[in-house]
Amino acid sequence: MTPIKQSQSTPSTEPASTETATAAGSPPALSPLGWLRWAWRTLTSMRTALILLFLLAVGAIPGSILPQNSVSSGQVSDYIAEHPELGPWLDRLYLFDVYSSPWYAAIYLLLFVSLTGCVLPRAKAHYRAMRARPPKTPRHLSRLPYSATFTTAAAPETVLQRARAHLKGYRADTSPAEPGGQTAAGGSVAAEKGYLRETGNVLFHLALLALLIALGAGSFLGYRGNMLVVEGDGFANTVPSYDAFYPGSSVDAADLQPFSFTVDDFQATFIEEGRLTGQAQSYSADLTYRASPESPERSHHLQVNHPLPVNGAQVYLLGHGYAPNFRVTDAEGQVVFDQAVPFLNRGESNFTSDGVIKVPDIGPEQLGFRAVFLPSAATADNGDLVSDFPGPRNPTVTLEAYQGDLGLDSGQPQSVYQLYTQQMEQIDSSESLQPGDTWELPDGSSITFTGVSDYISMQVTSNPARLPALLSAAVAVLGLLCTLFVQPRRVWVRARAGGDGTTTVEVGGLAKTDTPATNADFHEFTLRLSDDLRERAAPEQGSEKE
Amino acid sequence: MQPLAAQPAINQNLASVSDGLIIAMIVCYAVALFLFAIEAAYGRRERLQAERSAVPTGGATAGAGEGDIATLGRDSGAVKVKVRGERGDAKAPRHVLGAVALVVTVVAFVLNAAQVVTRGLAADRWPWGNMFEFVVAICLCAVGAFLFAALRYKARYLGTFVLVPVLLLLGIAARWLYSEAGPLIPALHSYWIAIHVSAAIIATGAFLVAGSAAITYLLSSRTEAKRARGEQVTGIAARLPSPELLDRLSHRFILFAFPLWTFAIIAGAVWADEAWGRFWGWDPKEVWSFITWVVYAAYLHARATAGWRGSKATWIGLVGFACLLFNFFAVNYIFSGLHSYA
Repeated sequence: MTPIKQSQSTPSTEPASTETATAAGSPPALSPLGWLRWAWRTLTSMRTALILLFLLAVGAIPGSILPQNSVSSGQVSDYIAEHPELGPWLDRLYLFDVYSSPWYAAIYLLLFVSLTGCVLPRAKAHYRAMRARPPKTPRHLSRLPYSATFTTAAAPETVLQRARAHLKGYRADTSPAEPGGQTAAGGSVAAEKGYLRETGNVLFHLALLALLIALGAGSFLGYRGNMLVVEGDGFANTVPSYDAFYPGSSVDAADLQPFSFTVDDFQATFIEEGRLTGQAQSYSADLTYRASPESPERSHHLQVNHPLPVNGAQVYLLGHGYAPNFRVTDAEGQVVFDQAVPFLNRGESNFTSDGVIKVPDIGPEQLGFRAVFLPSAATADNGDLVSDFPGPRNPTVTLEAYQGDLGLDSGQPQSVYQLYTQQMEQIDSSESLQPGDTWELPDGSSITFTGVSDYISMQVTSNPARLPALLSAAVAVLGLLCTLFVQPRRVWVRARAGGDGTTTVEVGGLAKTDTPATNADFHEFTLRLSDDLRERAAPEQGSEKE
Repeated sequence: MQPLAAQPAINQNLASVSDGLIIAMIVCYAVALFLFAIEAAYGRRERLQAERSAVPTGGATAGAGEGDIATLGRDSGAVKVKVRGERGDAKAPRHVLGAVALVVTVVAFVLNAAQVVTRGLAADRWPWGNMFEFVVAICLCAVGAFLFAALRYKARYLGTFVLVPVLLLLGIAARWLYSEAGPLIPALHSYWIAIHVSAAIIATGAFLVAGSAAITYLLSSRTEAKRARGEQVTGIAARLPSPELLDRLSHRFILFAFPLWTFAIIAGAVWADEAWGRFWGWDPKEVWSFITWVVYAAYLHARATAGWRGSKATWIGLVGFACLLFNFFAVNYIFSGLHSYA
């Protein structure tokens, strides 16, 4: 359950180097240090990153096909029971815990080492580039993907000054003289823009690293617990209150937030008629809670999609079910059992539910019942009693009574939803009972179906890394947008005074990404510049046609 | 229990209008496809001035090839322009019927949009709550993306290749996935359905167009390779649009869809955190959307890496598209998971 555990062994480059060395053909004969450097380069190459990305995707597939312990350990044990040959082998290969397996951790940690090794130097180089001057004007602008030449009557200084004015959004740098030692007066402007592309790229990858760290931290510091709470009952956030509790590796029982709540009321609404009869419309529960024993009592309307945030944890309403109430009296008329018993829905939409009633304190022979609950009992065409609606229109219970030893003292852990009948014998089964009905057993004791309560299945999660994870994800999207849509480009303008009082202007444009629109943009800039210069030079306008 | 609140608010008139529109739009799309197919098969292969790529060089010879020098005469003053590396050969078949097809597609698109809107109004909720509605909405987005490409990038030549999968999907939706307008289950009562599902649907529509362009690209680059070997190419294959055009278009739509897909996954995680109590739980749908994301990420990296561009990267993109389709159909019907609304 703690994928990060493996990280303590893998981030060093040694295991990485052996793996990539075999993958990348024959390595050169080098000193150990050279070897290590070569392995590091291989690991941080784009090709390795691509292969690791694919492995990450392929490795995730078995987790979606095979049942996973993290989702349902019951399904896993069923699968192993059904496949006695294959199951244990799959288990040995961690195929029931794919996403927390050492091999999957190896893939993503290698990927992230590769990514770090690729991104950090890029970040450094980018930082330098952002502080450096735009690259010097190349001597031959005509070799660039876009180049243009025109002459103007304006002076070279005016040309360069106007060029800078038109290069809005660019970082521009004017150099007065040519590096090649031109004889004529003149100079050039070098301009660059679109640094945000690389910034976004670095940011995106760093955000992914942060996301992985947040996920790891969550599995260390968070916990999750599930429980059923019957309407009217309370819950206090302690480990024994949970039916199932999944703590992170460094979560201590004392770390649980000391909140408590009571489920005052629960409502479920279903579509009452028509084609979609029985489809659930809404579930909601009214809670009163305290964030800690000293805090004031507050109330909350709990719904699916609207968890209760309390003291850093979230309380969720996941589902609901029925808890029929039973009262058992012994042969002397003493009440020995009187409570609501949660029944488990068989998974049908009409809530046919199974439950078990264990009555240990009734004398030498303990009593146990297997029960079926139908919220809306109706007779089907074949005469069977079925439930035809999920709401309690006609709540009905049928019971099978067992007598003997429930096995509660045997030391074996028991499920409250199962009756262990090895040391019991069936004594009778009942007619269908409606609320208020009592069933007399042969030994003089009796059981009364007193009514039905709702219960809700709930979950509490606490994950301190949720917000950091969300923040990292948001930054990743932002970086992604920058890196995909910002188009870096460079423009150079050179002005050279000719002998006849005119100035020759050369414009060069270079786009770092292949976007066809950029040449048009460069050309637009050239036209704007030449038009501007012509207007300025208009008073002394002569014929400039070539 | 509140029996009063349990009456689903379905407007039956609107619902039947919506159902009638399904037939109308399928017929319209089919007619458009037929006309596009005529253009693809009998159109003359013409040089396209795709998008605003080429520098306006005064004359009609757009898309100047390498080393071309053009002089642009202005009222006073002359600018000599030199453009290198422009893609010279951007050709696609053109036929008058193609323009008619485009108009028919616009009509079908409007019908499609009307269908989605009336269904939403009939059920009084966002019109994407089951597989049928997803498919119709995805088709709407795919056709919308195609129309955008047709108008903005003159990519009308994609019509045949986009409408074939769209019609297939609509056929599947109408025949096997159809379900009447109805209310949603409680887990879907959230404004996140508007955010998460819309983002996923739009991204899927764009990925669909990208995928169609990618498949056409592979066919077209085979034709190109044959031509380069000096072989004679005849028939429809000879009239396929130029591979450069298709590759660029496919890339462009993936560029658009990928961040949106990322956002859809994140929005889904936020919703899952609210609805199921964890933001990531390796549910099959989550796993496969993650796989899809990773494969498309690999595509973007591959396309930025020398030696991987061209058909290698395109194949990766198609693997991503296959994952997307698998995620959409197979995960719902094969695996049991929290996304089993099928």
